Amino acid sequence: MLILHCPYCGVDADETDLHAGGEAHLKRFGPDSGDEEFENYLFMRENPKGVHFERWRHAYGCGKWFLAARCTATLEVFGTYSAQTTEPPQDIKDAISAKRPGWAWGDLS
Amino acid sequence: MSDAVSALQGRVATGDVTIADAGLQGMITLRCDLSAKSLKAACKTMGLAIPERGQISRSGDKALCWMSPDELLMLVPYADVAGSLASVEQGMKGQHYLAENVSDARALIHIDGPFARDVIAKLAPVDLHPDSFKPGMVRRTHLGQIAAAFWMRDDGAFELICFRSVAAYAFDLLAASAKAGPVSDVRAS
Ligand SMILES: [Zn+2]
Repeated sequence: MLILHCPYCGVDADETDLHAGGEAHLKRFGPDSGDEEFENYLFMRENPKGVHFERWRHAYGCGKWFLAARCTATLEVFGTYSAQTTEPPQDIKDAISAKRPGWAWGDLS
Repeated sequence: MSDAVSALQGRVATGDVTIADAGLQGMITLRCDLSAKSLKAACKTMGLAIPERGQISRSGDKALCWMSPDELLMLVPYADVAGSLASVEQGMKGQHYLAENVSDARALIHIDGPFARDVIAKLAPVDLHPDSFKPGMVRRTHLGQIAAAFWMRDDGAFELICFRSVAAYAFDLLAASAKAGPVSDVRAS
C-alpha cells in the first residue's frame, strides 16, 4: 500500500484516497514546435526501475494535484511537493541523492 | 415553499455507539483566497475565525471547516443559511469567490459512544489513534465506497458529512461497524 503526504492538506493520504496522474514534469512545446516534440510530449515516458517522478491527485481529500518522488522498485517515497514547479525542489533531489547516489531521470540527476 | 427533510429522515441506530441522523443542517461552500482580509472580516461578523489547515473553528451553533487550500465549509443552523449567505456576499463584494448553499445536497450523521473512533477507523484509511486524530481536526477521505468528511467534537463524538444520495449507504455502513463492536473485539473474534 502506497501512502503519500499531501503537501496541501499536510496529511498522509492512503493510495485509495489518491488518483494517479502519470509522469511528472512533462514539457509541452508551443507554436512552431515539431512533430517529434509533440510525439515526445504525448507518448514518450521514462518508465524507470528505480527513481521516478509522478503526478498524484488527492482525489478524496483537497482535490489538488501534487508531485511525488519515489522508487518504483521498492515503493520507497523520497518526498512530495507542489505541482506548481517545473522541476523537483533541491531538498527532494538531496533526499534522493542520499538514498540513491548517482541517480538519473530524464535530464535530471 | 416545500417542506425540507433530511435524507435520513431522523434515522437512529442505537447501541454502545449510536449512529444518528443530525437532521437538517445549513451548509455553505465557500471558495476563495482564504488569506483575503475581506473573508476574515465577513466571517468575523458571524463570530467565526478562519480555521487553520485541517481544522474546524466553532462558535456556538456555527462552524467553519477547512476543506482545501481554497475552500471552506460553513456550518450554520438550517434557517440561517440565507442570512449567512447574504453576509458573505456583502463582505466579499467585488472579489473572485464562490458561496453556495449546499445544505440539501448533503447529509450530516452523528457517531456518539465510547468506541466512536473504532467505528470510523474500520471504514476510512485514516489514522484515528488518539495521538494522531484529535478534537478540532477535519479530514476529507472516503468511507467504504463513498466520499465523506468528518471531524471530532470536544466530547469525543464524531460528526460526518456525505452526499445526500449516498446517505443511506453511509448510515448503514456506520451502523454495521458500530454493531460489530470495537476493533479489539473484531480481532479477537
Ligand atoms: Zn490534500
